[in-house]
Amino acid sequence: MSYLPYAVAAWVCVVGLAGIATSRNLIHLAICLMVTQSSSYVLLLSVGYVTHGKAPIFKETKLGTTAVDPVVQALTLTDIVVSVAVIALILALALDAHRLSGTVDPDGVADISG
Amino acid sequence: MSWIPPLLVAIPLLSAAVVAGLDHVTPKAIQDGLVVLASTATTVLAVILLWQAESHEVVHWFGGWRLQHGVALGIDFAVGPVAAGMCVVIGIVVTLALVYSLTFMREAARLFDALMLLALGAMCGFAMSGDLFNLFVWLELMAVAAYALTGFQVEQLGPVQGAVNFAITNSIGGYLFAIGIALLYARTGALNLAQIGKTLSHGPAGGLVIVAMTLLLCGFLVKGAVVPFHLWAADAYAVAPAPVCAVLGGVMTDIGLIGVARLYWTVFEAPFGQSHAVGDVLLWLGIVTAVLAGTMAFLQRHLKRMLAYSVVCHIGIMLAGIGLLDSSGLAGAELMFLAHALLTAGLFFVAGILHVDHALIDELHLRGRGRGCRSPAIAWFAGTIGLLGTPYVGIYLGHAGIDEGATELGRPWVLALLWLGSALAGAALLRAGARIFLGWGDAEDPLLGEPMEEEPLERDVFRPLLVCVAVVAVAIGIAVSVVPGLGQRAEYAADRFREGAAYTARVMGVHPMAPAQSLAVTIRHTTLESLLYGGSATVFAVGLALVGLYRRRLPRSVRVATGRTLAPPIYVLRSLHSGVVGDYVTWLVVGTAVLGGVWAALLHG
Repeated sequence: MSYLPYAVAAWVCVVGLAGIATSRNLIHLAICLMVTQSSSYVLLLSVGYVTHGKAPIFKETKLGTTAVDPVVQALTLTDIVVSVAVIALILALALDAHRLSGTVDPDGVADISG
Repeated sequence: MSWIPPLLVAIPLLSAAVVAGLDHVTPKAIQDGLVVLASTATTVLAVILLWQAESHEVVHWFGGWRLQHGVALGIDFAVGPVAAGMCVVIGIVVTLALVYSLTFMREAARLFDALMLLALGAMCGFAMSGDLFNLFVWLELMAVAAYALTGFQVEQLGPVQGAVNFAITNSIGGYLFAIGIALLYARTGALNLAQIGKTLSHGPAGGLVIVAMTLLLCGFLVKGAVVPFHLWAADAYAVAPAPVCAVLGGVMTDIGLIGVARLYWTVFEAPFGQSHAVGDVLLWLGIVTAVLAGTMAFLQRHLKRMLAYSVVCHIGIMLAGIGLLDSSGLAGAELMFLAHALLTAGLFFVAGILHVDHALIDELHLRGRGRGCRSPAIAWFAGTIGLLGTPYVGIYLGHAGIDEGATELGRPWVLALLWLGSALAGAALLRAGARIFLGWGDAEDPLLGEPMEEEPLERDVFRPLLVCVAVVAVAIGIAVSVVPGLGQRAEYAADRFREGAAYTARVMGVHPMAPAQSLAVTIRHTTLESLLYGGSATVFAVGLALVGLYRRRLPRSVRVATGRTLAPPIYVLRSLHSGVVGDYVTWLVVGTAVLGGVWAALLHG
């Protein structure tokens, strides 16, 4: 098992966070948010990966067959479902921000501080 | 196996689905009745659960997936007195908020009620869950409901922006948490908290567990609005409708702290418990949060922003109590949570009443307009005094518990700093109350900055109901410190909460609990120091509030000197709270990295 998937997960996470921190567009920001979250999918799947493991579908499989961890796949799926709700909400709010202020730049929208 | 824990989640979630599904079909009165009934039923069941949990750990394994050969495979709710008590407080606050919304949010779509019930179910699930991934799911569920509730008035720009900042920062917190789960699962192969704790108690922990702990705890600290992760809180609270603020500020933000405590004592105490490093970092974070947020509260003129910073300030004090890592401190945090939740909710309710009466929410604009509204004024001042920690009022008993813990640990300076924080926040609230309800002070104050744009609020409300709800919330909160036997029970609950190994054994069903000793039913005694600190904090807050009101009457030389010293730090402090989400995210990332670095340095040596 190589370290590559972990390096990829870390890289994707950092890139996403950098994108969020510097974003000037709420839609772009929502996508960066998805990128950040993708890192947790990569990490989860690589944690559960077993070299030469089969997909964890045990119908007509011999006992003792090596399979990858099904738990992390379930976690990843749940994670995706959760993120869809959040992203949908943020995109809806971005639409409203545009309707009300004519811009989707978070700095341009900002009128609260202190 | 008790059926109450899953019901606490199922009742609100199912009712939320019914309410959302029957929108426009059934008359409004029936819907309202259903919503309040569901929330009341949840509260009553939580009280029964608390009674059961007093004598044993109530464990429910979903789908009958009990232990297999001593290994926890299923998902469980494990409820001790702390979790059950949290559910009771959550139930009370949400029920009050729903009753308040009956007329306050009359024009709102029925989805409002559904979202509130969703938040209720998610918070109860969070408090009871004994499974790491399950904690994440509840965390996200309540967060999504909260984002939608914050941005409920989408016809205005403020709520939209507040909700965006709230959603983005808290989602990142959630993702950090998810990554932490993956790392911990990789190390232990388990998701059940008891199972993870058992696995980690063998052998050294290593760097991976430190990273996982940092990410998991930071996820909760973002939710709990602890400095430097607190920046979203004021933006969100300033724009959310008053009943939503009551739920957010009263219980939902504080719930992040129960997550911190739960994870520490079930999972991370075993590998890191020998040194005090984890606790010390939490203690310092708490102190910085309390003092900084107290100062920020004093610099606000927008009532809800002021209350938001007051919430953050008290969260800092509670975090410090948890960071002491002993029973007195944790018991103090519990008692403070109880009193603080109701008092804060009550104050937000009063702010909502002022907003409806005058279509204003700005302290200076409201000056003198509250003259004659006697009940809201009494509720405001009573709530403020309760939050100050005046001896035997409101949060005092909790504060005294934290004091006791700090003194036992040989850190008496913690007391002074924490009392300073609550005095600063209390002074801000007192000043606002005096200006609004008594008409004291100047009509202009450059210290408080520019006014925020005020959104007109036209509501057809039944005012006596709103006042009544506010008074009830404040009255319960005030009484917490003088309920006989409550202090002893909180300490017993804290003792049980802190026994990580015993928790594992009880969840795993290895041995039944020893029968609880009978607890005294008296008002708990507090130390002389706490009495003195509580008294002096009250005097200090009143003095500071008067200075805030009548600053111009101070001698000119004093004013110029203090102005010259204080202006630069105040300017820096204000510009840190920029309202721009990119800055918040930067702070979040830097904060996480620094915490991780500190823990790595302290624990890995």
